Amino acid sequence: MTGATGVKLLTEDGRRLDGRALSEMRRCRIEAGVLKNADGSAYIELGRNKIIVAVYGPKEVHPRHEALPDRMLLRCRYSMLPFSVADERKSPAPTRREVEISKVIREALEPAIFLEEFPRTSVDVYIEVIEADGSTRVASITAAAVALADAGIPMRDLVAGVSIGKIEGKLAVDLSGIEDQYGEGDMPIAMMPRLGEVTLMQADGRFTREEVAQALQMAREAIQRLYEEQKRALKERYSKVLAAELGEEQ
Amino acid sequence: MSERVYTVVPAPRREAIRSMAKRGERVDGRKPEEYREVKLEVGVAGNADGSAKVALGHTKVIAGVKVSLGQPFPDAPNAGVQVVHAELIPLASPIFEPGPPDENDVELARVIDRGLRSAPALKLENLVVVPGKQVWRVFIDIYPIDHDGNFIDASGLAAMGALLSAKIPKVLVTPDGVITRTEEKVPLPVADIPVFVTIAKIGDVLVVDPCYEEELVMDARITFALTKDNYVCAIQKGGRGSFTPEEIERALDMALNIAPRLRAVLENLRQAGGA
Repeated sequence: MTGATGVKLLTEDGRRLDGRALSEMRRCRIEAGVLKNADGSAYIELGRNKIIVAVYGPKEVHPRHEALPDRMLLRCRYSMLPFSVADERKSPAPTRREVEISKVIREALEPAIFLEEFPRTSVDVYIEVIEADGSTRVASITAAAVALADAGIPMRDLVAGVSIGKIEGKLAVDLSGIEDQYGEGDMPIAMMPRLGEVTLMQADGRFTREEVAQALQMAREAIQRLYEEQKRALKERYSKVLAAELGEEQ
Repeated sequence: MSERVYTVVPAPRREAIRSMAKRGERVDGRKPEEYREVKLEVGVAGNADGSAKVALGHTKVIAGVKVSLGQPFPDAPNAGVQVVHAELIPLASPIFEPGPPDENDVELARVIDRGLRSAPALKLENLVVVPGKQVWRVFIDIYPIDHDGNFIDASGLAAMGALLSAKIPKVLVTPDGVITRTEEKVPLPVADIPVFVTIAKIGDVLVVDPCYEEELVMDARITFALTKDNYVCAIQKGGRGSFTPEEIERALDMALNIAPRLRAVLENLRQAGGA
């Protein structure tokens, strides 16, 4: 059987084109504190996806009239480098897709930040996709939360995200580029792992009510695994910082 | 009505709306699961190929459809083209500014586009005139003209109203690919009638079809686009807050409940000879 688009995405034994099982995420590796100038930064590899996130702030708001009297202004820019895509060069100008994704990423991160503790300040999150292979918006969120924590921004929880897709009528975790392109649906979900709250949810394609409920459950499990990697990356970063500081004292 | 429109709700008013929600009450007297009355009128712009005006309480949205012949996208040579554009114009509310589309305009257009495309509302493969060369390009332009909340649902209804009422020229094609337009008009190939249902979260309470004041005090919103067979064909969460997975399922059930009534408004149009 093949999907609605007629492209075969599952092998005879029910494996995906890259050999994964339906519930299997690609290998994920996060590194915190990868840039010198940013107040916080992170790098994520999710399968072939490669994304860098820089956080600047909290700082004075420019332009000043954008400052909020009761909370921090969080700004996000999700951007794909012109050579990050598999097909032809992407124009460096922001596309409508990038404008929308920047908005939903910001709204996915905001619930986790104590915005009201920093009135009249801004935090800017800059996301650059170096290589894209499906699920870039959720991978960006996973990395951005680590970069925010690395910048020392007080947070209720981290945020991590995964996409649940539908390929050949079956739900699959962490869609690759080809699965997103030829599958029957994509449902990116981001959650605060400790609090169990959903901060981003989108979908295209066709899903039944039961599939939506099942996708939420599958996302929850995958996000717990991403959460472990986020914590590992932050611990590694701060054990290095701590070791360096102790070295100076001696 | 010309009450003062504010962009930040004064704290006492905010608290009042939130505590009313806890008691199951809303600012305009509705129940949490109660949708506002929907009024739909088609043929509101005579030069458009299809058009509709929707009123959702005080919220009003106009949508128009224009078609033109053009080349298909290279990656879909045997499909028509669907383009959705939306603009939150300053005519509709003092909170909108003139200028190039911002993230809110882009989000609205893209959510409607995904819902229509995934349903699918249009049989794009039936809009091919000369395979690989000439197809109908269907432009759906959405303009809110009065703002009392929930533009997504109103825009979805207006877009579908415009598509269902559209009549496009019948064309004849000779074997060597010469296209002539006839005087005869045919409806667009509508395959499904997706409807959009938005639910807002105010504190721990879910309310359907938020009005403007509720949008200002809500924690977050979630929209489901639903096909006539109850498939979810688009989801969009918005706002600075979050939902528990249980709240999302409850919101989806609320949406599934209300969707047939909204679709009936569009289906009546179809039966009345609109399409």
